[in-house]
Amino acid sequence: MNSQVAEREMTSMTSQRTGQPVTRNEQVGHDLSVRVRDLSLWYGEHQALHNVNIDIYQKNVTALIGPSGCGKSTFLRCLNRMNDLIRNVRIQGRVEMDGRDVNEPKMDEVALRRRVGMVFQKPNPFPKSIFENVAYAPRMHDLVSRKADQDELVERSLRDAGLWEEVKDKLHQPGTSLSGGQQQRLCIARAIAVQPDVILMDEPTSALDPISTATIEDLMDKLKKQFTIVTVTHNMQQAARVADYTAFFHLGEIIEYNDTKTMFSNPHTKKAEDYITGRFG
Amino acid sequence: MSHSFDEISAQLKRRHRKSARLKWMSMASLGIALLFLVVFFADMLNKGLPAFQQAYVQVEVDYNEDAETMGRAALDPEIASLVSRSFERLIPGMIRDDADLLGTTETRWVLTNSQVDQYLKGHRNELSDDEKAAIDERVEDGQVDMKFNTTFFSQGDSKMAERAGIMAAAVGTIMTMLVTLAVSFPIGVMTAIYLEEFAPDNRFTQAIEININNLAAIPSILFGLLGLAVFINFFGVPRSSPLVGGLTLALMTLPVIIISTRAALRSVPDSIRQGAFAVGCSRWQVVRDHVLPLALPGIMTGSIIGLAQAMGETAPLIIVGMVAFIPDVSASFTEAATVLPAQVFTWAGEPERAFVEKTAGGILVLLAVLIFMNATAVMLRKKFERRW
Repeated sequence: MNSQVAEREMTSMTSQRTGQPVTRNEQVGHDLSVRVRDLSLWYGEHQALHNVNIDIYQKNVTALIGPSGCGKSTFLRCLNRMNDLIRNVRIQGRVEMDGRDVNEPKMDEVALRRRVGMVFQKPNPFPKSIFENVAYAPRMHDLVSRKADQDELVERSLRDAGLWEEVKDKLHQPGTSLSGGQQQRLCIARAIAVQPDVILMDEPTSALDPISTATIEDLMDKLKKQFTIVTVTHNMQQAARVADYTAFFHLGEIIEYNDTKTMFSNPHTKKAEDYITGRFG
Repeated sequence: MSHSFDEISAQLKRRHRKSARLKWMSMASLGIALLFLVVFFADMLNKGLPAFQQAYVQVEVDYNEDAETMGRAALDPEIASLVSRSFERLIPGMIRDDADLLGTTETRWVLTNSQVDQYLKGHRNELSDDEKAAIDERVEDGQVDMKFNTTFFSQGDSKMAERAGIMAAAVGTIMTMLVTLAVSFPIGVMTAIYLEEFAPDNRFTQAIEININNLAAIPSILFGLLGLAVFINFFGVPRSSPLVGGLTLALMTLPVIIISTRAALRSVPDSIRQGAFAVGCSRWQVVRDHVLPLALPGIMTGSIIGLAQAMGETAPLIIVGMVAFIPDVSASFTEAATVLPAQVFTWAGEPERAFVEKTAGGILVLLAVLIFMNATAVMLRKKFERRW
């Protein structure tokens, strides 16, 4: 990737479209996974997102940062239509995957969520066995039919989530019996078991201790070889450590979207700089 | 200015006194409640336990030809006045059924009439002094004795107190409750699932919700009127039958089941639903695989409590004709039947002294069944409760 070219591109885009978010050009050589154009969202009368534009690249970690209530979680939930579950939500604009708008009437949200998995802030394993937690979704989606396939998929998913060694002897104990960090990795295993393209993580480590947090961060680094990861985080160091791209949200707008290195060393906007250096937020 | 410990303590004294008073008052009210309970149970046991004992007399039965038409002829006239008329009435039938019996004699224990029974239990009775002397004599000889009252548990109602039993009412209650459960459980649970998991939040569903809550507080006798108007008059369901009683009580139980099921569904944390949606569950799969299993103990507890409530209900059943004299155990859902509380109600209205203990005995049986049901509810909840 030629960051100088990219930087020039961005600078020019900023100057051309003043007030618009800086969007990284596609010349960087990463394939597009999700393209978001002019996305606005209202909770009743309150507008939570204002004309969000962003390109999310495949097999990268994209971090969404910003002060509380800036709309980053709301934005994340637009990507797998979890906002459908909230009453009185109105969405405008396009969220494209494979050239199709995920909000179009023909799009089945179940199909979308099969391709876009999610890990939540608080670990929420199903109150079933560890095995069942992982096997449930693939079985539901008919990804496995034979028992042996199912066993293999469960083992592979738990291995990929870095949990296999710790739970292989107690697969039939309840998932809720694990520690917080283990539960969160179980939730990651559950998400990757259906082999999605994108995994959304909504502050996945905010309820965990530093050691579990480090484990999850390492895991994200490994998982991005197979999956596109979009993560919301309040922890700037975490964004700097794990993310390839970082988007800075403020009051429902993307103020700056940049590769992480640039974002943290040489942010192009004053607001992002102030936030990153801890002057507000 | 700072205060010393002594100054602060002096101020605190009043506060401590207040909290001590509050504690004392709440303990006193608990004590009063317990006292009522103890008095109630003691009284019921005292009055009701004698109902489980009944006086029997040993008699010589002579199956002669006269007895084929008039049972009394089979008995020694002196003793015949002590024996229950219900037994005398059985004799002609026994001879008719078994021709070999004619001309034989047999010594057997038979029910005495209720006067003798009441005399032996030390209650008011209408026996003459001679009769009492005769009974005392037989008690000495061991020819009159108290035995466990199997009749009470194997027979239906009777105008002869010594032969009145709880069986017909118990079977009626079971059949009525089966109908109630079969109707109100699926409808109630599905309604609650719809309202809680699927329904949009608009004026219409809010109106439904308010009405369901109001329905739970409606005097139960109105449900009886509704049952009469709808099930009997409009649909022509046989009056007094467990079917119509069960349907009427189902109307009454529905709101209870809906409300408790909704509470159970609401207590399932949203994070479970979110997790299930996020792996691509459809709404129905979320409910079936994740929400219902967690809500089930609460649903079952609520339903059992609702059923127990319906089981103790008499008022609506008066209207649909289930408070009636039912001597035979009903064999089908459309035959006339009665239920336990209705039986208690009927007995309570009988003038004869012997029915007082029947009434209390019936209440004990009803209480035992209710306690059993509530214990089952607690056990089910304990058994299926899951951590999340």
